[in-house]
Amino acid sequence: MIDIARAFDHGKAFIAFVTAGDPSLEATETYVKALVAGGADLIEIGIPFSDPIAEGPVIQQADQRALASGTTVDRVFEMVARLQTQVDVPLVFLTYLNPVFHYGYPAFFQRCRESDISGLIIPDLPFEEQAEIRSTALSFGVAPITMVAPTSDDRIARIATQAEGFIYAVSSLGVTGERRQITTDLSAMISQIRRSSDRPVAVGFGVHSPEQARSIGRMADGVIVGSHIVSMIGADPAGAPDQLFEYAQSMKQALLSID
Amino acid sequence: MTGRFGPYGGQYIPETLMNELFKLDQAWTHFRHDPAFQADLDRLLHDYAGRPSRLYFAERMTRDLGGARIWLKREDLNHTGSHKINNVLGQALLAQRMGKTRIIAETGAGQHGVAAATAAALLGLECEVFMGQEDTERQSLNVYRMELLGARVRPVTSGTMTLKDAVNEAMREWTARVDDTLSVLGSVMGPHPFPALVRDFQSVIGREIRTQLAEQTGQLPDAVVACVGGGSNAIGSFHTFIPDASVALIGCEAAGAGIETGRHAATIATGSIGVFHGMKSLFCQDDDGQIAPVYSISAGLDYPGIGPEHAWLHDSGRASYVPITDDQAVAAFEYLARQEGIICAIESAHAIAHVQQIAADWRPDQDIVVCLSGRGDKDVAAIARYRGRTISD
Repeated sequence: MIDIARAFDHGKAFIAFVTAGDPSLEATETYVKALVAGGADLIEIGIPFSDPIAEGPVIQQADQRALASGTTVDRVFEMVARLQTQVDVPLVFLTYLNPVFHYGYPAFFQRCRESDISGLIIPDLPFEEQAEIRSTALSFGVAPITMVAPTSDDRIARIATQAEGFIYAVSSLGVTGERRQITTDLSAMISQIRRSSDRPVAVGFGVHSPEQARSIGRMADGVIVGSHIVSMIGADPAGAPDQLFEYAQSMKQALLSID
Repeated sequence: MTGRFGPYGGQYIPETLMNELFKLDQAWTHFRHDPAFQADLDRLLHDYAGRPSRLYFAERMTRDLGGARIWLKREDLNHTGSHKINNVLGQALLAQRMGKTRIIAETGAGQHGVAAATAAALLGLECEVFMGQEDTERQSLNVYRMELLGARVRPVTSGTMTLKDAVNEAMREWTARVDDTLSVLGSVMGPHPFPALVRDFQSVIGREIRTQLAEQTGQLPDAVVACVGGGSNAIGSFHTFIPDASVALIGCEAAGAGIETGRHAATIATGSIGVFHGMKSLFCQDDDGQIAPVYSISAGLDYPGIGPEHAWLHDSGRASYVPITDDQAVAAFEYLARQEGIICAIESAHAIAHVQQIAADWRPDQDIVVCLSGRGDKDVAAIARYRGRTISD
């Protein structure tokens, strides 16, 4: 299993999200390889869920397409097992608690270990409910990655102190999706996190352009892009590998250009 | 642990909402003991909503069924026509005390949406109601009613376009705008403190049943029967009687076209433990933990989960839950209209249907109370269609 910290070893990290099985698991494999070839430092693989309450329309629809194409948790594990021999960056899952709960925590995390999944992000599992998975995940070497939001305030210290892998800083109120402007005072939020943790901080929700990557990269250790990638895939599934390769290059270049 | 009913309940919700849920919990912990808040709520429930609602002895039904005495708790006579007003008046007053200027709500059939729009109009709050596109078409009258009351109705086109998706969308909207907004959940579901908060506001139903029946018979009821979707009128009716072991508590869930057809919303009969909509509870789901599409003729019971306290009452054996099909509910809807001159909500007809089945098993000196959670005007056109007649609203 690749240590998540390695994603932050080559300058500011570009973290890319794809929904597994949209439009097919075979296609997802090629997208992940293209993103990594273009310079992505860590890949978040979304296990689709019927009711993803933290997602905007773009990822909601990707989840629907992925489920319609017959994607199951087991089939995602099989895809990841094929991928692990072909990419050399850490892979983490992003999904909702119910598919994991239903699979059974020990069985799920054991398969994570077998398929080289380094971490797990669950948007509907806040700090107070982390006990659900924390000890099981850690015992299989999987980092439970927690989120910090613009409304977290006094909770930031508590969350950050116990953080594993990296800290997912949510840039904005609301759900995932591209935003022209991010109005949250990210620098205040990030310094608050850094007072309690030396884990890397990556910012997601609304991030898509190299300009945003450059400005956020000055404060954070990395940026996370989901909806923009998923909409590129949705618009042109066949042409997406080339576009994703170029996009990852442009994002990584922007992040490396920060002095 | 806070907000738990045995293994059920909890707060499985995006981080963005956590501090807001704590604030809501603190506000309720404070105001539930605040005499001025309680006085305001009692005044609204009495003068505006028309409480206490009547407990009516259904003499013709009792005679016809030939067993226990049947009593109807007439929540259908409340202002806006259902029990939903009890909860929204409480939550809207709470929102106001918390300094919120806007409430949002999800609705299936529209009863909770109409109640929320009503409370918002009364208290001068902005109101937006999320309703599945399919439900806005099935219940166009209620859409217009909410608009008349000054609310904005937002049709939800994601997922299955019904109640579950309306809940998703209301939660998403709340994460986008927490500062001035309270999401007023309509049932005993969602993350803590909602299951407890909504129960507290609805438990006025059971407290009144206790007093009113004692005045008539000097006794406790032998059974209390209510329909269950998320389960707010049922918890409201049951809650005060939980310590009274002699009182049977029976919830009636929607079996739709029949359990064996797979087209139903019978969570207790067929569901399994899971985590969804902020709570750990029982849900209709597939082998991979995806939430299953559900079906019922009743938009208000057309929900793939059940409140966590019900899941616990079921596990502990304190309450029992029975499935009632569309056919049985429609027959009960018609039966109550002819027998007692009451057109009840199709949701409530699920409870009536069960009483039709069991009344004769009880003695004539025993009392069964049925919560008539809402009135049936909204359902008349759909029932006519079910019987092959097309009428316009």
